[in-house]
Amino acid sequence: MNRYENVIAHSGGQVVSSNKVLKNTYLLLSATLGFSALMAVFSMAIGVPPIAYLVAVIAAMVLGVFVLPRTANSTSGIGVIFLITGLLGFGLGSILSMYLALPNGPQVIATAFAGTGIIFLGLSGYALTTKRDFSFMGGFLFAGMMVVVLAMIANIFLQMPALSLAVSGGIILIMSGFILFDTSRIIQGGETNYIMATYGLYLSIFNIFISLLQILGIMGGDE
Amino acid sequence: MEWMQILAVVAGVMMLFVLWPAYKHWSVNSPKAEKGDWQAVLLPLAAVVGLVVLLIMAVR
Repeated sequence: MNRYENVIAHSGGQVVSSNKVLKNTYLLLSATLGFSALMAVFSMAIGVPPIAYLVAVIAAMVLGVFVLPRTANSTSGIGVIFLITGLLGFGLGSILSMYLALPNGPQVIATAFAGTGIIFLGLSGYALTTKRDFSFMGGFLFAGMMVVVLAMIANIFLQMPALSLAVSGGIILIMSGFILFDTSRIIQGGETNYIMATYGLYLSIFNIFISLLQILGIMGGDE
Repeated sequence: MEWMQILAVVAGVMMLFVLWPAYKHWSVNSPKAEKGDWQAVLLPLAAVVGLVVLLIMAVR
C-alpha cells in the first residue's frame, strides 16, 4: 500500500486516536511552553548566571533520556515533562538576560520569538495539510544532528564565529525537519504517546529559538 | 579550560551518546523516500531559510 494512502486507509478508530494524540500534544505543548516562559522570567528576575543554562541543559537531557521514557505512560510523565521544560526555561532566562544587555537585545529577542512561532506554525500547518509521511527523513535527521553536535564540540576549542553561525543555521534546518517528521509521525500513528510527542516538538522549538537568537545576535549586532 | 567549556563538552558528548541509538534505529527502519518526497521537504525548508534571511535584515 502506498504510504500516502495510509491516512485514508486508516480505520475510523485509528484516525480518531491520531487526532486525540495530536490535540493532547498541542495542549501539553502550549502548557509547557507557557511554564517555560514563566521559569525564564523568574530566572531573569533573580539574575541567574550563564552557567545555569548548561547545567539546566545537562539535567534536562538526563531526565529526558533516563526518566521520561519510563514515566511517559503514566500520569507522572506529565510532572517529568514540566520539570524538564521548566529547567530549560530556567536556563534560558540566563541567556535572555545576556541578550537584554545588548543595545538591540529586546529587538533580537522579540524577532527570534516571532520567527520561531512562524516557523513552528508554518511547518506544522504544512505537515497537517499535506498529510505526507516524512518518516523517510529519520536517518538523515539524526545523522545531521550528530554532525552538528560534533561541529559544536569542535567549535568550543576553535572559537570560530563563522562555524558558530553555520552550526546555528544547521540546527534551525534540522529542527525544522524534526517538526515535519514528528508531526507526520503523530498523524500517521507512529507516535501514540502525547508526552513523548510533546517532548520532541518542544525540543525543536527550543533549539530553533536558541539558534535564531544566536544568528540574530551575531548578524544584528554592531560589535 | 574554564568550567563553562568543560560543561559544554560534557553536554555535547552526552548528546552524541543520546543520538547514536536513535540514528542506528532510524537508519535501519526508515522507509525509502519515494518520488517527490524530498521535494516536499526542500520546499518548506527553503521557506525557512528565506524567513531567517528576512529576520536578519529586520534586526540590522
